[in-house]
Amino acid sequence: MNNAIKINNLTKKFGNFTAVDNISFDVQKGEIFGFLGANGAGKTTAMRMLCGLSVPTSGSGVVAGFDMTTESEKIKRNIGYMSQKFSLYEDLTVWENFRYYAAIYGVRGREIATRTTGMLRELNFYADRDTLVKDLPLGWKQKLAFSTAVFHRPEIVFLDEPTGGVDPLTRRQFWELIYKAAESGVTIFVTTHYMDEAEYCDRVSIMVDGRIEAMDSPANLKQHFGADSMDGVFRQLARKAQRTD
Amino acid sequence: MIVADNIHKNYREVEALKGVGFTVNAGEIFGLIGPDGAGKTTLFRILTTLITADSGRATIDGLDTVTDFEQIRKRIGYMPGKFALYQDLTVEENLKFYATVFNTTVEENYELVREIYGQLEPFANRRAGALSGGMKQKLALSCALIHRPAVLMLDEPTTGVDPVSRGEFQSMLERLKRQGITILISTPYMDEANRCDRIALIQNGKILTVDSPDKIIASYPDSLYAAKSDNNYRLLGRLNERPDVKRCYVSGEYLRVTFNTEAVPALDGVEIKPVQPTVEDCFIYLNSKRNNL
Repeated sequence: MNNAIKINNLTKKFGNFTAVDNISFDVQKGEIFGFLGANGAGKTTAMRMLCGLSVPTSGSGVVAGFDMTTESEKIKRNIGYMSQKFSLYEDLTVWENFRYYAAIYGVRGREIATRTTGMLRELNFYADRDTLVKDLPLGWKQKLAFSTAVFHRPEIVFLDEPTGGVDPLTRRQFWELIYKAAESGVTIFVTTHYMDEAEYCDRVSIMVDGRIEAMDSPANLKQHFGADSMDGVFRQLARKAQRTD
Repeated sequence: MIVADNIHKNYREVEALKGVGFTVNAGEIFGLIGPDGAGKTTLFRILTTLITADSGRATIDGLDTVTDFEQIRKRIGYMPGKFALYQDLTVEENLKFYATVFNTTVEENYELVREIYGQLEPFANRRAGALSGGMKQKLALSCALIHRPAVLMLDEPTTGVDPVSRGEFQSMLERLKRQGITILISTPYMDEANRCDRIALIQNGKILTVDSPDKIIASYPDSLYAAKSDNNYRLLGRLNERPDVKRCYVSGEYLRVTFNTEAVPALDGVEIKPVQPTVEDCFIYLNSKRNNL
């Protein structure tokens, strides 16, 4: 199986409001997949279903080899997740956060120490392992949060606006971490409001009013919409939105 | 007009502002642009008289933020970064409340908020807490404007907002500017710089530069190139190892590169072309220069 995610006709309704309207797509293993859309387009709802946190109203899908409707607990164990809003525990140290996340995902004692040391050395952050997270700049928090999200070596990692508010250089260093993870075979599913970051993805989907209106490589999308940047592509599609957020 | 002069502010051992100074001219849109943690919100709280600086001075239309705070509060409209309206009052009740607090009525200044508030009127009886993000933002802006302030201060009104909605918000501000309102807006999105008359780039409690976006871009000292190959990630590693490469980072479809040499070296399998820097490139350059990187 070469798909990390495969979903068919996925729909989520809240009362008579259709948040996600019959979406289907595949994400290949090791792919960096950008999941874009205007505010209120249904991205978060779709992502919650993919992470096993919300049951679809209809449709089906397989994430990391497990059925979305019947095996959501197994999905949770086999994916990584990080968001802009909550990343790490502020009043735990860097080291404690790693240990905590690793333990939750069932990584064993000695292995935790070995991997944490390796990851922090690679990030040039080993010397700061006993620093409280609340004393770190946002950019570092986000880089460390990414490392904890991939600590248990998940097949897929879901990143929900991971770089919001991060300074331009750190934002780029963050993407170097993403590239590196993807090169090692981790599938990356990422949302962002920075359109330059959409260009870093292998493929991008753009959601409008609960539906996927476009999905292709950034180069093909730009050609198809006659735009010279992903920003131009996004603008053409998002302007069609009827939903008011 | 807003004047900030050498403002310092510490929170215990953390230096939030390390000597910040700039002037916002009457009738301009001035952008305070920098990442989270740069000190933007602390500066807003000082300018809106909610906290005091440890040292330095700030004035709004000549009024001192410490001694004349009561008069300043009548002259300014403030939209904080966190939604701060009454969640269990309706849309209409919130607007009326703010008008009353400032001794005016919704009717008196309706014209100023008509365009923004008009979009909310179908939901006038909905509780503010039940609004979507975009509608909350419009209501907060309406409430900040309802007493017709001379100076409008908006702390990160567009954070987490998609590019199209951000563009619409900026257009709204341009129309308010034409009504003679001075606008100070903060944002972490560098691409919003171009909609401002002048901007200050801020990082780690210090201003990196203050000027119009065009002039900041014109003062970029190096020749900047865009480079790409079939694998930009590997190209980045390859370029960063070269001694003649001064700086290299990813930027959309291409990498951005500057060289230590006049001539561009020949690179196999690499498409390379000169490009105009953006405000973001300038931020990266100025910030690295300050950190001696």
